[in-house]
Amino acid sequence: MSSIIFSILAIGGFLCLYRIYQGPSISDRAVGVDIMGILFVGITALSALFYDLSYLMDLSITLAMFSFIGTLALAKYLEKRSLDD
Amino acid sequence: MISPIGWIIIWIGVFFDILGAVGLVRFPDVYNRLQASTKCVTLGTFGIMIGIFLLKGFSPMGIKALICGGFLLLTSPVAAHALMKGSLHFGTKMWKGSVVDKYGEDKLGGEQIEKPKEEK
Repeated sequence: MSSIIFSILAIGGFLCLYRIYQGPSISDRAVGVDIMGILFVGITALSALFYDLSYLMDLSITLAMFSFIGTLALAKYLEKRSLDD
Repeated sequence: MISPIGWIIIWIGVFFDILGAVGLVRFPDVYNRLQASTKCVTLGTFGIMIGIFLLKGFSPMGIKALICGGFLLLTSPVAAHALMKGSLHFGTKMWKGSVVDKYGEDKLGGEQIEKPKEEK
């Protein structure tokens, strides 16, 4: 069962990569990066469940935080404000 | 009894994840893509976290999964709104089939809707 779930989520990640490569504007690429970060949070949590490694769940929380901060930084860059504004 | 419910919720989460990724590819402009994919992927990953909590119970992994789900539920809509406001201020045009843009009329001095091309 784990291989099927990981394959489906990996297909989702490749769709996000297609949007990052193809996207007509910078905003599309930013959206793709955000969605791919949240997908990776799910993949990390599922691998913590399947391999029974509890520290991967810590990694999942950290990945969610870094994805959030990175998306906010991209949004500030798109809004033409400096990062310490 | 808890275990099949947890697996069903995990499968629902994976299904919503792949729907959000398909919406990211298929929709016509950045705002539609942002709405479809952010909502679907947030709900999908939150479902995965709730499923892990139901499977593992009140063990360290289950509590961490619950904390991670709550964090995602709080921060992902904030990130989506910040991206949408940023791309409006950046000047990304809406799809040409859009109807109304009140934010652009108020703050940016005109609707940000892409004009359809002239047919010859």
